[in-house]
Amino acid sequence: MKYSYYPGCTLRTKAKKLDAYARASAKVLGFEMEEIENWQCCGGVYPLSGDEIASKLSSVRALNEAKVKGQELVTLCSACYHVVKRVNDDMRNVEDIRLRANNYMKLDEPYLGETEVLHFLEVLRDRIGFDEVKKKVVKPLTGRKIGAYYGCLLLRPSEILGFDNPENPTVMENLIRALGAEPVIYPYRNECCGGYISLKDKELSKNMCDTVMNSAESFEAEMLITACPLCQYNLTKNAQSDVPVIYFTELLAEALGVKEEVDANGSF
Amino acid sequence: MEASKKSRSEMVKEISGTNPLKCMKCGKCSASCPSYEKMDIKPHQFVSYVINEDVESLAKCDSLWVCLSCFACVERCPRDVKPGKIVDAARQIVIREKGGSYLVPDEIPELIDEDMPQQLLVSAFRKFRR
Repeated sequence: MKYSYYPGCTLRTKAKKLDAYARASAKVLGFEMEEIENWQCCGGVYPLSGDEIASKLSSVRALNEAKVKGQELVTLCSACYHVVKRVNDDMRNVEDIRLRANNYMKLDEPYLGETEVLHFLEVLRDRIGFDEVKKKVVKPLTGRKIGAYYGCLLLRPSEILGFDNPENPTVMENLIRALGAEPVIYPYRNECCGGYISLKDKELSKNMCDTVMNSAESFEAEMLITACPLCQYNLTKNAQSDVPVIYFTELLAEALGVKEEVDANGSF
Repeated sequence: MEASKKSRSEMVKEISGTNPLKCMKCGKCSASCPSYEKMDIKPHQFVSYVINEDVESLAKCDSLWVCLSCFACVERCPRDVKPGKIVDAARQIVIREKGGSYLVPDEIPELIDEDMPQQLLVSAFRKFRR
């Protein structure tokens, strides 16, 4: 199976690990991620203003490219997933945005939201299946207690993203189980870490990160996994905690037995 | 003066695409907000300011810069008022005006560290300036 793949700005720079471990794992699991050509940064945050078009166009270009190839579009970064999927929803359901974006783009055929946007976790859950993932595990993470950190961008607004139950998500916990470890379910796993606010107001972000990490520690998580480079940065840098926060793809690659190979070849 | 006040309130409703009149003041948005303590005007109060057409106060408040757009209030609002979109619309009105930016490129060298992901910078620029 071949998917179109939208890496996004950070996966080419500070979050190379998120990308490299995913590609190696995909190979083991029998699917390929074909990077779309000439992709542009999604902007990191979805433009909430109903009257903005220009800031949505990079997503439309990526979506249309996947459509032309007849492939589903996969992302790894929570922010890319959030932005591209919400723009896709606009192209499907908001007449004004669809019309103006298409007028500007002048594509051979108008883009009407045909592409299906999937997060890598959804590919594992809905296309491969966690039972199949489990079968490919060669180094089960037995005895490890791992917490999933979802944050905000993957889950909300659930009406549009439809990723998981926004208040009681299960996808990453089921992944952790499939890899042989024990998921730690703690209350703050779907609360915001402070995100972009950490640039101008580090104290506020620190408070939020401490709340999340204290919550995870009190439920005895030894490690957290996330899909968001900004969460990974914030929770690692701005919380007073020794609990490591890594990308979910690193854990996956470890259990599938390809982590060392990636580490040997990668320049992180 | 009255007319311009009114038009700004209309602008907030237009940009956000929400109907503040649906709010029943349950306060779930403010109870869910991770930035609540740092907000001078709370999420549920934002809705009231728009109803009362006092966007001038919103344009001057600190809450504009501490809202994270985490959508906790949007997700949990039982009346689909989407307070986060109202905050963002008020922020847009401020940053779209000349000199309204909350972040200027010259500040960046002092704010960054070597581990900071690009995602943080592009997000902050989207949120804080035009």
